[in-house]
Amino acid sequence: MALKIDLDLCTGCGACVATCPFGALSQRAEDGKVDVNEACTACGACVDVCPVGALTLEVADRSAMAAEAEQYRGLWVYAEQRAGQLQDVTLELLGQGRTLADKLGVELSAVLLGHQVRGLGDKLFEYGADKVYLVDHPALENYTAEPYAEAMSALVRKYKPEALLAGATSIGRGFIARVAIQVNAGLTADCTELDVDVEKRLLLQTRPAFGGNIMACIVCPDHRPQMATVRPKVFAPLAPVPGRTGELIEEALNLKDPVVRVLETVNAMQNEVNVAGAEFIVTGGRGVGAPENFKLLEDLADALGGAAIGASRAAVDAGWISSFHQVGQTGKTVRPKIYIACGVSGQIQHLVGMSSSDTIIAINKDPDAPIFGVADIGIVGDLFQVVPALTKALRR
Amino acid sequence: MHIVVCVKQVPNTTQVRINPETNTLIRDGVESIMNPFDENALEMALQLKEKHPGTKVTVVTMGPPQAVDILKEAVGRGADAVVLLSDRAFAGSDTWATSYALSTAIGKLEKPDLVLFGKQAIDGDTAQVGPGVAVWLGMPCITYARAIEIADGEATVERLYEDGYEKLAVSLPCALTVLKEANVPRMASLRGKMAAKKLVIEPMTAEMSGADPAKLGLNASPTRVVKIFSPPPKAGGVKWQGEEPEVMAQRLVDLLRERKLV
Repeated sequence: MALKIDLDLCTGCGACVATCPFGALSQRAEDGKVDVNEACTACGACVDVCPVGALTLEVADRSAMAAEAEQYRGLWVYAEQRAGQLQDVTLELLGQGRTLADKLGVELSAVLLGHQVRGLGDKLFEYGADKVYLVDHPALENYTAEPYAEAMSALVRKYKPEALLAGATSIGRGFIARVAIQVNAGLTADCTELDVDVEKRLLLQTRPAFGGNIMACIVCPDHRPQMATVRPKVFAPLAPVPGRTGELIEEALNLKDPVVRVLETVNAMQNEVNVAGAEFIVTGGRGVGAPENFKLLEDLADALGGAAIGASRAAVDAGWISSFHQVGQTGKTVRPKIYIACGVSGQIQHLVGMSSSDTIIAINKDPDAPIFGVADIGIVGDLFQVVPALTKALRR
Repeated sequence: MHIVVCVKQVPNTTQVRINPETNTLIRDGVESIMNPFDENALEMALQLKEKHPGTKVTVVTMGPPQAVDILKEAVGRGADAVVLLSDRAFAGSDTWATSYALSTAIGKLEKPDLVLFGKQAIDGDTAQVGPGVAVWLGMPCITYARAIEIADGEATVERLYEDGYEKLAVSLPCALTVLKEANVPRMASLRGKMAAKKLVIEPMTAEMSGADPAKLGLNASPTRVVKIFSPPPKAGGVKWQGEEPEVMAQRLVDLLRERKLV
């Protein structure tokens, strides 16, 4: 790809010059029209702002693209941080990324975006990264999709990784989808299995579709990087190696101010145990019957020493509990030590979110409920009798 | 204000299965519906129209000719105009090519102030087309929106994240992907149904959209599905029944303690 400038159309307004993250554009002394130098990475940021359409990106044809793919090397993981805290999914992806990078014989790098987050680099090395690319910029202080995508696209164009993984979180899914368009790459959403075809250097991306009824394996034959968002809790992090270190590459980018402004952040889970990282989860489904009956589940959670409360889609859709508790294809994926499903029938879209839990216990009065198909221990009975009995037995 | 809502016709996913012999999707007899999250996007547009008189709502879909059904449904609920983007050239589009094609169709319309999408479609579950279209249109995109207010050309949006929500402000135009909890979609009105019945929808072809043919369909799609399969069945464990709840509960607790899980 290359930037083309139509000098006949260019009015010399300078809008593009201010927008270039790499300082690759300037106005010619003689007539004020725009000129481009070798710092251009064909990121396309200028194309969007030109009011007269004088700037275009030439898209290479497919065979040329395949040849270009050869220039891309290395596996990248987006290091997601929120308020300066690295997210678990980042460590999980470094774990799986390490395996895949070793198979391909390439470096594993983490991409860290934020403001005053340099200190997080050490942890990324300890969990398996060989390199950390850092963009530390005030525009990245709060997550908004546009500057995050701009920074990631700029790095991808400059350093050319062959694959890029990000957590399938609200942040990862929100901005990586922009990056895929900006860098003209394929993106597979919400993968649950990842492998590589070493010979063809292809990332094999497997994901549930149609609500979990079907699994699909997806590849990107020609376009690079091969990009995927990956569901949290499906891979395990490596044990950290204290003192393990690597190369930190800081990229100074000229990012625009965010167009979306964060006015307020409200943590709705402040006083509750979050299902996403919980070791014990007690989940209620349609069988719970009414919002006030979640009290029974809370008592059981309490007897377990502070379990999180989960909910099936049916319970959330009925308005009995907030969607922050939802487990499944459209909710959260969980992997607790013990998962107790109470009155959950076990629709496939629920099972995909919890079936990798260590021990699954199901309580349901329908002996044919699909939940018993994944349960290690199934109790056929009325949850209104079994759950209080369990609470009582645990407290004894 | 002009609001564009992008909708998709999807199979009702609870009914989709794989033919184990041919390893292809069995879509026969599976009902087609408007993607449920798109209903919330449409409802958000219709509520904004009620609040802001003079607002026009245009609903756009890309799909085969029968996708006209969901456009008629949209008109029944109160959409002012519809676009059916339909051409064999679009066949096999992944999210990259789909978002490009949709953006060219939107580019043919009166410039929108707001472009709305459902959070994701229930067949592919990618959540990538909304943010993708926004890039092609040169707009910001706020994903996972559950509420919006508009005043003086600026939108205030509540965006959900895993542990809570954020209040965001953005100048229009912008794109949004909308959550189910944003609203309760209305039914088509009787008057709307009458209007929908009379509606003749002439499809917009690839040529009419002005799209670059090199960016359309399977050939322009970076991703390829190489295999589909049914998820491996899980082996169930033990099942206790026909005993007193207290007995089963006590046995479970004993077992968990024995395994040192509690």
